[in-house]
Amino acid sequence: MDNDIREERRKQAVLARHHIYVKTEESQSYVSSLSPAERIKFMSDARAANALILKKRRRRSLAFKIFGVAFLSIAALIAILPIFFTFLNSFMSSTEIKSNYGVIYESLPGGSEEASRYIDKMPQLQLIPQQVSLDQYSELLLKTPSYLFKYWNSILLTVPIVLGQLMVACTASYSFMRYRRKRREILFFFYIILMLMPFQVTLVPNYIMSDRLNILNTPWSIILPGVFSTFSIYILTKYMRRIPKSYIEAAIIDGAGEWQIFTKVVMPNCKAPVAAMAILLFIDYWNMVEQPLVMLQDETMQPLSVFLSKVNVEDIGIAFAACALYMIPPLLIFLRGEDKLVEGISQSGIK
Amino acid sequence: MARLRHILFKLKEWGAGTGFLLPSVAGVLLFFIIPFLMLIQMSFQKSATNSDFAGIENYKTVLTNEAFQTACGNTALFTAVTVPAAILISLLLALVLNTQLPGKSTFRSFLLTPMMVPVASIVLIWQVFFSYNGVLNGWTYQLFGLDRIDWMKDDNGQVLIMLLFLWKNLGLNIILFLSALNNIPQEVIESSLMDGCGAVRRFFSIRLYYLGPTIFFVGIMSLINSFKIFREVYLLTGNYPYGKLYTLQHFMNNKFTHLDYTQLSVAAVILSLAMMVIVGVLFFIESRIDTGVEE
Repeated sequence: MDNDIREERRKQAVLARHHIYVKTEESQSYVSSLSPAERIKFMSDARAANALILKKRRRRSLAFKIFGVAFLSIAALIAILPIFFTFLNSFMSSTEIKSNYGVIYESLPGGSEEASRYIDKMPQLQLIPQQVSLDQYSELLLKTPSYLFKYWNSILLTVPIVLGQLMVACTASYSFMRYRRKRREILFFFYIILMLMPFQVTLVPNYIMSDRLNILNTPWSIILPGVFSTFSIYILTKYMRRIPKSYIEAAIIDGAGEWQIFTKVVMPNCKAPVAAMAILLFIDYWNMVEQPLVMLQDETMQPLSVFLSKVNVEDIGIAFAACALYMIPPLLIFLRGEDKLVEGISQSGIK
Repeated sequence: MARLRHILFKLKEWGAGTGFLLPSVAGVLLFFIIPFLMLIQMSFQKSATNSDFAGIENYKTVLTNEAFQTACGNTALFTAVTVPAAILISLLLALVLNTQLPGKSTFRSFLLTPMMVPVASIVLIWQVFFSYNGVLNGWTYQLFGLDRIDWMKDDNGQVLIMLLFLWKNLGLNIILFLSALNNIPQEVIESSLMDGCGAVRRFFSIRLYYLGPTIFFVGIMSLINSFKIFREVYLLTGNYPYGKLYTLQHFMNNKFTHLDYTQLSVAAVILSLAMMVIVGVLFFIESRIDTGVEE
């Protein structure tokens, strides 16, 4: 007996030394204090209450879903409807458009002196043309060369600006990323201020300089200031500063020069924001009105974005097709690059 | 020798860094800074050709100019209404888009589309809807028997332009807000759910805190874009719009056609100062309520 007790104690001591065995009291809870029958009742009650809560929650989330989808549908409809209209109406024949919408243009005011003419007629809004025809397009593309020239002007202005500004901006923001000393930070801050200045301010210096350089009335007076605009430098620098320093250090240790770091390390990491910036710049300059109005007095050089409003009044028969054709390049770019745009903007951590 | 090499190294480093910056700095100097300095000088001259010092005479003429005052008033009103509205509506849309809804990405694409469409091609359909004999007036007349409103000539015309601005500019704001909402740490949201935090409380106590910097950025972007509203007004109503629709750019364009250099430069200087003050105040407010969100 004595031996047994001793044996038992030794075991306990060994276990305690190894911190393996810790004696705990059996836990007491409300549920374990109940009798089996009571326990079953308690559990089923709790289950029923839970089910009710879940049901209510599910119903609420369903209601929220229906409400949310309805809300978004309305918003999406408002967003998409004007575009849709323009495209569908561009397939109407000219006579159909005149009979449907002619009323509007007969009463359209030309300026503040001219009052709207009051005509007691209603326009007929028609989504689907009665008879699909490519009249407008053939008229526009084959018989109206001025339209095609303007289109070419738009391309000629937009593409060089986008490419040039991206090239200038990439190198400049690389420099802002690589060297962050006091003077350069001041310069960067200055660039931010320049980025925030509206056209009303920047157009005047641009105009004066173009006048001095004798490039007024040529596309260069729009392209050159556009190329050196600082908007994309800000965004790209913000993004480049988030590239880990160790990448660049590794490249330096491997003996890469600045140019090699720029082309082989930094730029491959910046594909998304560069693509996003290219898209944003393209829309912005495809849409420009202010600069051509001021810089280009010669109407044959103005891009389509200025000219379209004049097409409207002169000949509404082809106006819808002209609008639709002018929309197509940005919309195609959007379809191809929507993910890139969203990704690039959200990655650049704009704050 | 070692010292020479050190100097050479420094020079090379400096040259490389500056070389990358050089095209941009040269362009900015040529097209923005130098002409701006010339412009400041010109704003104190009697006229573009007569370089006598005129003091603040030019500033007085421009500031008391009635057209300039209306233009400033209209632009200020427009900005004061549209910037908060743009922030609120796009935030609401982004919050709804951020929940678990079916067909979320399709809705997002639809909502982003207006941002891609050039104003010039949408103005036509806008006229169909809103001109005096337009569709909207027809509907309200037939349905409610309301009088027709001439939107382009009425004080309500500004509402129309605001709607057009919102329609066009919400897309970019929605992207910005969506990315910010995705960047909120999920643990914080989860732990708030465990503590029994409702949707409203979750928004005001947690999300708003993390969204602070983005709201600021969206506000700045909307501010920049609200100065571009001239496009819509010009394409809808031409060079001489109804008084309520007269924007600053109309004033500038008018001066450009008359080549009134001194008034142009004065207006540009005043506007740039005003812009700097606005942005400075915004930055100051931002630094005051800076929520200390980690980058």
